[in-house]
Amino acid sequence: MPEVIVENVHKSFGSVEVLKGVSLTVERGEVIALIGRSGSGKSTLLRCINGLEKINSGRIEIAGHTVSNDPRQLRELRRDVGIVFQSYNLFPHLSVGENIMLAPKIVKNVARAQSRETAEKVLKLVGLSEKFDAYPDELSGGQQQRVAIARSLAMQPKVMLFDEVTSALDPELTEEVLNVMEQLARDGMTMILVTHEMAFARRVATKTIFMHQGKIWEEGASKALFSDPKTPELRQFVKADVK
Amino acid sequence: MILRTFGFSEFGFLVSALLWTVVLTIIALSGGGIVGFVIALARTSTHKWLRIVAATYIQIIQGIPVLMILFLSYYGLSLAGLQLPPLVAAGASMTIYASGYLAEIWRGCIQSVPKQQWEASESLAMTRVQQYRYVILPQALRISLPSTVGFAVQVVKNTSITSIIGFVELARAGQLINNATFQPFRVFLAVAALYFVVCYPLSQLSRWLERRLHARSHR
Repeated sequence: MPEVIVENVHKSFGSVEVLKGVSLTVERGEVIALIGRSGSGKSTLLRCINGLEKINSGRIEIAGHTVSNDPRQLRELRRDVGIVFQSYNLFPHLSVGENIMLAPKIVKNVARAQSRETAEKVLKLVGLSEKFDAYPDELSGGQQQRVAIARSLAMQPKVMLFDEVTSALDPELTEEVLNVMEQLARDGMTMILVTHEMAFARRVATKTIFMHQGKIWEEGASKALFSDPKTPELRQFVKADVK
Repeated sequence: MILRTFGFSEFGFLVSALLWTVVLTIIALSGGGIVGFVIALARTSTHKWLRIVAATYIQIIQGIPVLMILFLSYYGLSLAGLQLPPLVAAGASMTIYASGYLAEIWRGCIQSVPKQQWEASESLAMTRVQQYRYVILPQALRISLPSTVGFAVQVVKNTSITSIIGFVELARAGQLINNATFQPFRVFLAVAALYFVVCYPLSQLSRWLERRLHARSHR
């Protein structure tokens, strides 16, 4: 059974329909890149998948949970689905270690010693072991974003969502975040990422989905999609990126 | 009639009255703090009706003079057969007054925590109570300190209004001494100085907290 099923999802903000019947499935271990222009609905789709935005119609299932409006059901879902945001959103009043240990401790009731062990493990994974006691505002953007990824990983999610996580970073810092994500992909994490990093999507994503005007316009294996775009819109979009 | 002069024992009387001003301030801030906190939470609730009730409460309290609350609780209730001692009437009135303002100050602080902090904590499967307890309120508390301490200065000075129902705090004590000595300049300068001694360090604390908040926004 697929890890993620999105079926004919419609979503409007007021009178503007941003998702016009989107369907997709993601198998376990797949890495899906969502690309497209600003306003194409890719970020909204990602946020709908973990229930941050409510859909108007359609059905979304992820890691065995159905997205609904019931807060309890959504909490169950979010134990299994991590999300990383463009603006990192670390908790500024907590140290890096506390940021990572908080949710496992209070949501999953993991014992202190064990949550610390997990925190150290995920921090090591993102290459920031020495920052355990630092505060978010003492870190660079790239480091903060890696901590945000570690914070999500500490919940041991089955699926990870990434919402333009490198858009606020300069190229050098982008690289260090992408490396962490590539490592995750290699380790078999199921991932959906909204990204503007075409080279990364091409190299790491098993499948790339091009969204245009609230619809899935073109999709396919990443390499084929980028080297041989079928629709003029995608051709235009890929060309614009090369420039 | 023999007039007394304003001497040590009179000054001592003022100082002991200052104690009651401080007691009343503490009652107002702790009582008003508890009620105001609940109202602030209701004001930022996801339930529409809780928000409306809280907003109405704040509007009413901020829209009427403390004096009216005081008269209602002292004279009004006594007419209804409930004779409150001045301390209780004064404490209750100042509590109600402080709650209306603290609720509004704290609502602003809660809402000034970025929306992304709600989203991030929600995405980590926290309940709403956990979001408040571990993520939102610690940040709001830090933001609220300067304005809360600043408001405490207002409360100290505004307790003088309770002299009207005969509660002997600093202002009322000044009046009493002046009636006996008829040396208004000396007496009320001393009273003003005593208010200043309490309020000045508080305003300095508020300004210091504000500078500190701006300098290091994270802890």
